[in-house]
Amino acid sequence: MVERRHEARPLKRRDWIATTSGMVAAGLVKTRFDAVDVLARDTQAVDAAAQGRGGVVSVLGRRSPEVALRRLAGPALPSSNSRTPIHLLDGTITPADLHFERHHGGVPTVAAEDYELLVHGMVERPTVFRLSALKRYPAVSRIAFLECSGNGGAGYNPDAPGTLTPQVIDGLLSTSEWVGVPLATLLHEVGVRPGASWLLAEGSDAARLARSIPLEKALDDALLAYGQNGEPLRPEQGYPVRLFLPGWEGNSNVKWIRRIEVSDRPTMTREETSKYTDPLNDGTARQFSFTMDAKSVLTFPAYPYVLPERGWWEVKGLAWSGRGRIVRVDVSTDGGRSWTRARLQEPALDKCTVRFRHLWKWDGREAVLMTRAVDETGYVQPTYRQLVEARGARTAYHQNNIRPWRVGSDGSVTFAADVMA
Amino acid sequence: MRVGRGARAAFLTLVAAATSCAPPDGAPSHRAGAGASLASVAAPTPAPARFGFGAAADPGRIARWDRDVGPDGVGLPPGQGTVAQGAVVYLARCAACHGVTGTEGPYDVLVGGEPWGEGDPPRRRTIGNYWPYATTLFDYITRAMPQNDPGSLTADETYAVIAWLLARNGLVPDDTVLDAVALTAVRMPARDRFVPDDRRGGPEVR
Repeated sequence: MVERRHEARPLKRRDWIATTSGMVAAGLVKTRFDAVDVLARDTQAVDAAAQGRGGVVSVLGRRSPEVALRRLAGPALPSSNSRTPIHLLDGTITPADLHFERHHGGVPTVAAEDYELLVHGMVERPTVFRLSALKRYPAVSRIAFLECSGNGGAGYNPDAPGTLTPQVIDGLLSTSEWVGVPLATLLHEVGVRPGASWLLAEGSDAARLARSIPLEKALDDALLAYGQNGEPLRPEQGYPVRLFLPGWEGNSNVKWIRRIEVSDRPTMTREETSKYTDPLNDGTARQFSFTMDAKSVLTFPAYPYVLPERGWWEVKGLAWSGRGRIVRVDVSTDGGRSWTRARLQEPALDKCTVRFRHLWKWDGREAVLMTRAVDETGYVQPTYRQLVEARGARTAYHQNNIRPWRVGSDGSVTFAADVMA
Repeated sequence: MRVGRGARAAFLTLVAAATSCAPPDGAPSHRAGAGASLASVAAPTPAPARFGFGAAADPGRIARWDRDVGPDGVGLPPGQGTVAQGAVVYLARCAACHGVTGTEGPYDVLVGGEPWGEGDPPRRRTIGNYWPYATTLFDYITRAMPQNDPGSLTADETYAVIAWLLARNGLVPDDTVLDAVALTAVRMPARDRFVPDDRRGGPEVR
């Protein structure tokens, strides 16, 4: 499991010929040795390709055959999800083909040419927008996380096995640059009538998934997104247009959105009554719990990784909050007895994942790793015990508790659910 | 082996030219306009009051897509159905996924479930112990069920199957004839359990 370092080696004559032929005309480099040295330091990719016959340009890039990044797909029925391999990615941006999926009625095929968004209800001018019309409006982009409110459910269980990976526990989390038109722009365009306070957002999937959204959020930072990481949305992400609500639970970010009805009350759809609600231990059920509270997850080292030797290692992970910026992440290597501030990779953006790193010298003895995020509201990521005290144990949503990982003396790293209880 | 800074720069320039990164001959230099005063640069253009890129939606078009049903019954279509009629619809269209009596699954359990104890929410969420509004049944079945042919039930079939589901949950009598008025009037046991989200950020864990 140890990464192989790319070994620098002197260029041979064969390399020199292969790398320069067709690119550098003879005589333009003063000496062969000058060029070889520059190439060795500045064009390692060319160097690598030159060991064989070399590659050629292509119209579509591919990952190295050595890199096997895959989503982890759950059962297709009765609902479907696939999870991002967060333990195999670095930085914060999720490649679009690895962005997690959660569908409530499959992935519909929607042709951009046929796409229409109907905006009606309590508006002055009921309007149909084609995709070409949406793209003419002034666009904005922002980098933000998207997370399913059920993310972490597998870890919200003191009996959870140690062989869970970060992908299994928290892979319903991804980060992208989203591009689109602010919903506020369109609502201004159609003229919202006085007294309106909610809207219904409806998708064109087989379940016509529908969620009621407070008008306040729609006018604040909601986006009708058609771009993701520089390209059009992937079909699994709502092609050609989805609702994007920064910081809010995934299912409210309605994909393949086709209709927005402005009204003065929520519609009380199935998803916002019988499904994405949180029964609490005081006899009530929390409804419209849209915001994702601050959370951090460790992505390295974690199962199935095995630390091959003691010494210096970098503990790494992601932290995010639906309420703003992450201001601090603490790391513990002794099961929560002591904490150390991790390094945050700037920029720490609003409602976006931030990468944190912590240098750790492993002495070869058993250790329990934990991470704890703090956001700009002063919210501190709670322990499992704190969450159960506040909510009880009958909701599987919004499980943002601290996750413990046990490092064995053999270097194995397993999810330590027993430590949570 | 060391290479001089000059030779290195020359080589990189050459590579850039070979790969068309440099501007072609005759392209405007980035220095054009550099002499203009900054004060003469206008602020970004403000947006107009309206752009008007969309097309007016006529009432027929809206009616075709506006099929949602609210908790006040708004959106419920004409029609009616009995519990007995609903039993037939349920067996033919629903039982394969939800079980013959609505309690077996394999997918969502619709009938029964333990009552909501004091401070002890039910472990299994069913229509009877968890759904706060009966109108949601019409909205959801119309938009999403049955899963292999969503939206294929008629209004009468939908009222009927809801009547059967409510009766099996002990919420309406077996001789119920369900229509828009009767469905809106059904008071669900969990109706008052639901409260708005009270999480607000800050130091308190909720």
